[in-house]
Amino acid sequence: MKKMRVLSILVKNNAGTLTRVAGLFARRGYNIDTLTVSATKDPKFSKITLTAELDDFETSQLMSQTAKLQEVVSIEELFDHNSVLREILLVKVAVTHECRSKLIEIANVYKGVVVDLSRESMIIELTGKPQKIDAFISVIDNFNIINFCRTGVTAVQR
Amino acid sequence: MKYTGAEILIKTLLDEGVDTIFGYPGGAVIDIYNALFDYQDQIRHIRPSHEQGGAHAADGYARSTGKTGVCIATSGPGATNMITGIATAYMDSIPLVCITGNVASHLIGKDAFQEIDIYGVTMSVTKHNFMVSDVAKLQDTVRKAFSIANSGRKAPVLIDIQKDVMQNMFEYEPKPSLPLAETPQFEQNEIEELAEYINNAEKPIIYAGGGVNSANASPELRELMNKANIPAVNTIMTIGVLGPIDQLNLGMVGMHGKNSSNFAIENSDLVIALGTRFSDRVALNTKHFAPDAKIVQVDIDASEMNKNIKVDYAVVGDVKEVLTELLPLIDTKKREAWLEKIAEFKKDDYEAPCCEEQIKPHQLISYVVNELGEDLIVVTDVGQHQMWTAQCCARTKPRTFLTSGGLGTMGFGFGAAIGAKVGNPDKPVVLFTGDGSFTMNMNELKTAVDHNIKTTTIILNNHTLGMVRQWQNLLYNKRFSQTDISHSFDYVKLAEAFGAKGYSCKTVDEFKTAFADSQKQDGPVIIEVLIDQDELVLPMIPAGGTVEDIIME
Repeated sequence: MKKMRVLSILVKNNAGTLTRVAGLFARRGYNIDTLTVSATKDPKFSKITLTAELDDFETSQLMSQTAKLQEVVSIEELFDHNSVLREILLVKVAVTHECRSKLIEIANVYKGVVVDLSRESMIIELTGKPQKIDAFISVIDNFNIINFCRTGVTAVQR
Repeated sequence: MKYTGAEILIKTLLDEGVDTIFGYPGGAVIDIYNALFDYQDQIRHIRPSHEQGGAHAADGYARSTGKTGVCIATSGPGATNMITGIATAYMDSIPLVCITGNVASHLIGKDAFQEIDIYGVTMSVTKHNFMVSDVAKLQDTVRKAFSIANSGRKAPVLIDIQKDVMQNMFEYEPKPSLPLAETPQFEQNEIEELAEYINNAEKPIIYAGGGVNSANASPELRELMNKANIPAVNTIMTIGVLGPIDQLNLGMVGMHGKNSSNFAIENSDLVIALGTRFSDRVALNTKHFAPDAKIVQVDIDASEMNKNIKVDYAVVGDVKEVLTELLPLIDTKKREAWLEKIAEFKKDDYEAPCCEEQIKPHQLISYVVNELGEDLIVVTDVGQHQMWTAQCCARTKPRTFLTSGGLGTMGFGFGAAIGAKVGNPDKPVVLFTGDGSFTMNMNELKTAVDHNIKTTTIILNNHTLGMVRQWQNLLYNKRFSQTDISHSFDYVKLAEAFGAKGYSCKTVDEFKTAFADSQKQDGPVIIEVLIDQDELVLPMIPAGGTVEDIIME
């Protein structure tokens, strides 16, 4: 059964490494949903965290294919129960005088922060598990969302 | 002492044991050639007519010798011309080190003359590739390339070197070759479990692929077969690896394999897959492959486990190492009933009809391989002739049958034959090809003449792209779209124009005379033999089919 998988890949911090990993997914026919790349405590290495909708077979295939890349040091699947998964959302919503306070009220429930406010619009920043972000977006769906951007999942094993 | 990058490159190649390079000069590699000028007595350099031929030659050299093939091309078109050759080697897990020049560092990314991002372009057809922009890193990079190409599952590695790197000076202190990466380690209990599967099976069959060849595990495999009376089938990548055809060596399996091989898999209770990947030309229908059997797999590449076929048990490891540990745990068995059943299957094997006058492909191929003996290295292109040759070439030693199995590259043959002959000057080399494949890269005849490389090319000319025509004939209602080839081509004149000797034969007698004469020539020869256009490769299981769908006529 397909479900969202979080793969954490430790790679050598060389030019072209991201292309190798992303290219491998593309040419084997898999779509990456989210992708983050960041520094690690050792500047020689970077951490790629990506999510994709995969079944068990696809996950093990992709993990063993990825592990073959010369620049890949290690790859592991992260799970909700053994890892902290976080994502940041920035959402810009058109607001009127009447609905502004309602939106702020909802954002407060989700511990969102208003980071920009003008007469016509508001930008809310929200950090949390991907599911929390999904829930917040669905709750404010009846507002006039102008656009939003999510960082994609970053994660650390407990 | 300081040397230019180009000299450092050559010195490192020499250190790595390279004595043969297939390369083509050009603006971005002119410094390499300038350095090579001083090493002509230590490195044999073969210049092909086209970089694709050079890459195929390096590949043929590697396949036939077990060494690493080395090829060089200039930036831009030189590099892109090599890609088909690199991809061919990649699909068959052949170790190559491919060196390309690129424009100087100040021109990189400026769309300079003959600039191409070959590093990006070849990412998906190499195991790894490098772009070298600092002469200080050149020696290490070359050594890494050789280690990566030969570690684990072998494959091509590309090194792209910017032109100024080859001109810049740096110290050269020879470092030792890098060790190969450790082969995957397996536990004794894994071997015990594998042995249990084999000892408990009544109707086991070994399905041996190219990994057995790469690991040089032919003797261990034969020992396993003999010890426990386990019959074996080979893929097209493993022709010759199982030794002579006998009671236990059933021959080739798959789309154009023997009926008996395919029925043996179908009726087995255990498939022992060694160094093979259940390709769609063998496991034609993955839902009905060996339906009653358990399947165990040994491969050096963990990503091959369960990739095409779900297996019951897998050991990740070098086939030779696994077999060495496995052999003492295997019970000797007679398996009379199973071998009798296989003998029954053999009675239904396809036998191509013979003919006294008209040239029949299987008779011709059998004649040539009988004449030239078991040291003969047989090379093919891709198509009908490839399958006929695979069926009849009767090779009994590893590395004596070279073919593009995975990529199926028409035009592979001539370059590969050149590489094979250069690597094995004392062995005869025969290329069987078709009129379609031959004309793709026939310019390499010039290379063979220039370097006096004695190869025999036998062109089975049916004036058509035979394998496509066969599919059109059997599966596409005889709609022969764009497959026929004109009759106006004169292969004898062509050979003469290149400075080679050419023959054309219509009958068996003509061929025998021409062949006998051709073997007395000093240089390369080509022999055209005319065969019937509707000659089929049989038996055939159509793509996606099972043994139920075998076409015999």
